[in-house]
Amino acid sequence: MKYRKSVGEIAFDSFNIVIILFLITITLYPFWYITVASLSSPTVVAQQRGIMLLIKGLNFEAYNAVFKNPNIWTGYQNTIFYVVVGTIVNLFMTTLGAYGLSRKNVYGKAGIMKIIVFTMFFSGGLIPTFLIMKSMGLVDSRWSMIFPSAISTYNMIIMRTAFQSVPDSLEESARIDGANDFVIMWRIIVPLSIPVMAVISLFYAVGHWNSFFNALVYLRTRTLFPLQLILREILITNITDSMMTNVANDREPIGETIKYATVIVSTLPILCLYPFLQRYFVKGIMIGSLKE
Amino acid sequence: MSVSANPGPGTFTLSQKSGGLPARWMREWKKNYYIYMILIPVVVYYVLFHYLPMYGVIIAWKRFTPLGGIWSSPWVGWTNFNNFFKSYYFFRLIKNTVLINVYDILFSFPAPIILALLLNEIKDGAFKRVSQTISYLPHFISTVIVCGMLVDFLASDGFISTVLSFVGVTPTSWLRVPGAFRTIFVGSGIWQHVGWGSIVYLAALTSVDPQLYDAAVIDGANRWQRLLNVTIPGIIPTIIIMFILRLGQMMSVGAEKVILLYNPTTYVTGDVISSFVYRRGLLENDYSFSTAVGLFNSVINFSFLLTANALSRKVSETSLW
Repeated sequence: MKYRKSVGEIAFDSFNIVIILFLITITLYPFWYITVASLSSPTVVAQQRGIMLLIKGLNFEAYNAVFKNPNIWTGYQNTIFYVVVGTIVNLFMTTLGAYGLSRKNVYGKAGIMKIIVFTMFFSGGLIPTFLIMKSMGLVDSRWSMIFPSAISTYNMIIMRTAFQSVPDSLEESARIDGANDFVIMWRIIVPLSIPVMAVISLFYAVGHWNSFFNALVYLRTRTLFPLQLILREILITNITDSMMTNVANDREPIGETIKYATVIVSTLPILCLYPFLQRYFVKGIMIGSLKE
Repeated sequence: MSVSANPGPGTFTLSQKSGGLPARWMREWKKNYYIYMILIPVVVYYVLFHYLPMYGVIIAWKRFTPLGGIWSSPWVGWTNFNNFFKSYYFFRLIKNTVLINVYDILFSFPAPIILALLLNEIKDGAFKRVSQTISYLPHFISTVIVCGMLVDFLASDGFISTVLSFVGVTPTSWLRVPGAFRTIFVGSGIWQHVGWGSIVYLAALTSVDPQLYDAAVIDGANRWQRLLNVTIPGIIPTIIIMFILRLGQMMSVGAEKVILLYNPTTYVTGDVISSFVYRRGLLENDYSFSTAVGLFNSVINFSFLLTANALSRKVSETSLW
């Protein structure tokens, strides 16, 4: 339906676009500033007091320092291990759970479902979990990054909903041909649910990439630290240490640009993949909202 | 009918169909043998990593000794809980946890709704698409990076101090100002999640019947009247559900971001129950006491959630279970 816009509406539309542009600026400025500052001369960055729009005095010193830092490399390697192995374990376990709980006429299924959903709302808490992990020998082991988070109940329920939407007739005909549940799961249900599986792998992978709290709680040995823990040391702990001794303003200028370069190096994979992947993430949240 | 396709354990035959409960279980086991095999690792996972820790909360009624561990440390009754209720931390932790949530409900809850309404008023096209994509981006940046940027931007020579100095505020190390902690925490939370949060509302907006808008235009409604009388009523059910779900978390603030942002000078406003549990439990190894504190919090959270869910069922026929 067409109608002519009033002056007020035109004013509103322009105002609206200005607001959105402002929000975009606020969202992007931190990333822009950090990119620009990481490539600029450290002394210039120190004088700019946080406001910089263009590279001043192109300088790769900070990146040199970052790439020379062995902690960054081991952190990167460990994170890649946790992301790859963690996501594989996640997918395997989540698929098993989603498949088992999506089947009809399974005695005890409702009970298992209740037991599982209950864990979304109540947990033993940090310390008992830690003590149990300790007694299982998982503290300070690589597997503490993999097993405790093997299934996200929320993701499993999303996957289960997708599995339930596969037509029963396919399963029945396979069963008549002599297929058992392993075969049906692996050859019929999973191939037909690839889009959902892809979305959920992305959720899991990003979760592993970004997670730091489990590592903080369970890992002690530095050579096992994921990138995020190394980042925490570089970006946050150092600063708070220096703040406590009141030398906040006497920071080495190069230290600042090293931090920026570290941020860039560790976020680049996500920033590069993000434009391609973001629609899958959105798809994921939409699947999740279609409850039952 | 052949049952040889399901070679379950034992040698049961169909003739046992008339048996009692155990026989029924065996029949069931045999029929769905593979499904149970598939579910076993899943159940084992939940038992080991969720239910054993739940049982482990008994340490809250014990005095943990390294030798005794969870199982054979001596019982002390409600001592740990009483110590917490009497301690100087009790009110401070509850106040900080609740206040951060109140701030969050006042500011972070409406933010995605407003963003969705603003985006909804923009014509479909590249600008809208790109704005949306950019708005989700911070959601995928790790907490450590976000807090690292905050530390930098809030330093006395950082971006925010510089901008504030234009309006005459003295540059300060904002992360050391107790009065600024909640604003920083909640404000950065909005920056991180406003775009992602708006997806739910944008989805609800697309399901508003376009005929309603046409009818409103014919009746002479202007843009503002259409927003008030068509758009907002269209997403009210979603808003109510989201609000009730949010109320269910009234007493929880995750430790992750707090422990990255706070420091001893801002414990007064920044220390919440979860960060206290982390500090007392894992940094000071006071396992029993911090388990009691954590359990107290879990129980309150759970009762909030039950109440919220009951409320939701009453108001909107939508509930979690």
